[in-house]
Amino acid sequence: MKYAWWPGCVARGATPELYMSTVAVLDKLGIEYEEMHDFSCTGAGVLQERNQKLGDTLNVRNFAIAEKLGLPIMTICSTCQGVMAQAHQRVLSNAGYLKEINQVLAEEGLEYRGTTVIKHLLWILVEELGVEGLKKHFTRDLSCLSVAPFYGCYLIRPSNALGLDKVPIRETSLEKVIEATGARVIDFAGKKACCGFPILLINQENSLKMVASHTGTAKDGGADAMVTPCPLCHLNLDGYQSKAAKKNRPDGHIDLPIIHLPQLVGLAMGIEPRMLGFQKHIVSAKDLLETYRAKAGAIAR
Amino acid sequence: MQATVRIRRFNPEQPANNGKFQEFKLDVPDSTTVLDALIKVREDVDGTLGVRCSCRASICGSCGMRVNGQAKLACKTKIADVSRHGEPITVEPMGNMPVVKDLITDMKVFWDKLRQVEPYLQPEGPAPKGEYIASDESMNHLVGVMNCIMCGACVSDCTVLAVDKNFIAPAALAKAYRFVADPRDSRTSQRLGVLNESGGVWDCVRCMYCVEVCPKGVAPMERIMKMRDLAMEAGYNNTPGARHTESFASSVKSDGLLNETKLAIDSTGIFNIPGQLAQAPVAVRALLRGKLPPLFGHKIKARKQIKRVFEKVEGQE
Ligand code: SF4
Ligand code: SF4
Ligand code: FES
Repeated sequence: MKYAWWPGCVARGATPELYMSTVAVLDKLGIEYEEMHDFSCTGAGVLQERNQKLGDTLNVRNFAIAEKLGLPIMTICSTCQGVMAQAHQRVLSNAGYLKEINQVLAEEGLEYRGTTVIKHLLWILVEELGVEGLKKHFTRDLSCLSVAPFYGCYLIRPSNALGLDKVPIRETSLEKVIEATGARVIDFAGKKACCGFPILLINQENSLKMVASHTGTAKDGGADAMVTPCPLCHLNLDGYQSKAAKKNRPDGHIDLPIIHLPQLVGLAMGIEPRMLGFQKHIVSAKDLLETYRAKAGAIAR
Repeated sequence: MQATVRIRRFNPEQPANNGKFQEFKLDVPDSTTVLDALIKVREDVDGTLGVRCSCRASICGSCGMRVNGQAKLACKTKIADVSRHGEPITVEPMGNMPVVKDLITDMKVFWDKLRQVEPYLQPEGPAPKGEYIASDESMNHLVGVMNCIMCGACVSDCTVLAVDKNFIAPAALAKAYRFVADPRDSRTSQRLGVLNESGGVWDCVRCMYCVEVCPKGVAPMERIMKMRDLAMEAGYNNTPGARHTESFASSVKSDGLLNETKLAIDSTGIFNIPGQLAQAPVAVRALLRGKLPPLFGHKIKARKQIKRVFEKVEGQE
């Protein structure tokens, strides 16, 4: 299994712990990858808002680079995954449109024939390795922890572009991974809602209300942590949680660590938390890691 | 086929069971819809169940409710599709609206917002002798929006409306687009001006719920994005949202990647000192943890190629 890995702008910038933990986990899982340094930003839906064809052309350029290498694309960001999937659906369902885009790319010596597969790491875990295959790599039992899932809009909607109808396991993939680690799933209504990030800089009051509502509900439901496959959700839910709590909670506190998908997987694989970048979180993961160190026992084989 | 339906009950006159789920087990044909099942419950088991419906053919828009947590038309939803292996189905009233009884919601919010966007044509000048003429092309484009059956599903599941009652919300914004994009309307610019304000197009978080749940393919979010674009074109570009979009585009254009630091500065407005300071504490904490994005962004090797692609496609407009 080898992938053209696109970390996305955020894993390379504001959430370096996602980058670190992904590398740590991939190496141990035996998933081979080649990092794509020549890809462009997917546009994150913002560029598409201004000029959809431009966004699509940039994404098709990325698809063409991977196609040339003969590798499927692996993403680690719900937003990258969703934006790429939507662009892919548009060009595959409209041959004339793909042709127009290919005309632009031809001048750069590129052409896309429509064969690149694009998958989020979360899907690779449950579809390629499979829950049982994943469990074989686990050495620590996380049943001492309760974890709430948070998907990120782009990994859930629009369901047809993401193939949720054809591959139903994707819809509950995050819960499947949490269960595989032995942790208890804290289910809550907001797990598929918006984290508020897109309007953080536009309408911060609303954005913070969303942060407080999701993290607060999960915390009240007994969660020790919330896990997300989207670094943009992480930025908002982690970075703005204390501000959101001050404005929206009677006691002014939530203190729920927000962890990245590969960090959760890494803990279950027994990788040292420092290697997974937990020290870089804004909401401290100290209590979480103390429980982990004290209670997550070795799995007997 | 065996179906298990769990219905969230609400009766203002007998509040004892309000908010609780009541389970019903039914024997139904394979083609049964959720609405058929509910009607069966009402007729055979519990005559007090409150359900609103009329056409039973996804035309009237009166049977909107949440099935397994997502807004749907009950008459368009087959039990077999939402319960593939016979799992229990949860049925609840729509969200973002007060409940009248059981599955019936009060849609006043929905209608009030619709009225707010002046959902009627406002042409200018002397009336023509016959009808106002519009091109086939423009009307064909608008058919998609005009397909709205006012069921409320998108409003029920809109994530912004859940935290901000002021938001005009997807159905009314889609309706606004219907007139903004109508060549016969004379108030395009004024409409865009109003929609550019608080509660309007820039407050949408692009969560795509409205696109996902709409039973008629109206795609409200796509109309909202189009109106952002039109508002910027019409000269309304000094809002945080417009600056955000512009800054994002220019970052990708010059570096091939997103520059988060510059994005924050541009969106807040470089001269908006209180706004800049509001971001500061978070930035300082992020810096201490060693995670603030590099100030000059990360550039990629192929950035020249990306810039050329950018210019080429932008030039096609
Ligand atoms: S995309 Fe915008 S309008 Fe549609 S449901 Fe989400 S926030 Fe509401
Ligand atoms: S836009 Fe779609 S979901 Fe919203 S009211 Fe109209 S038909 Fe219903
Ligand atoms: S009953 Fe008319 S749309 Fe469902």
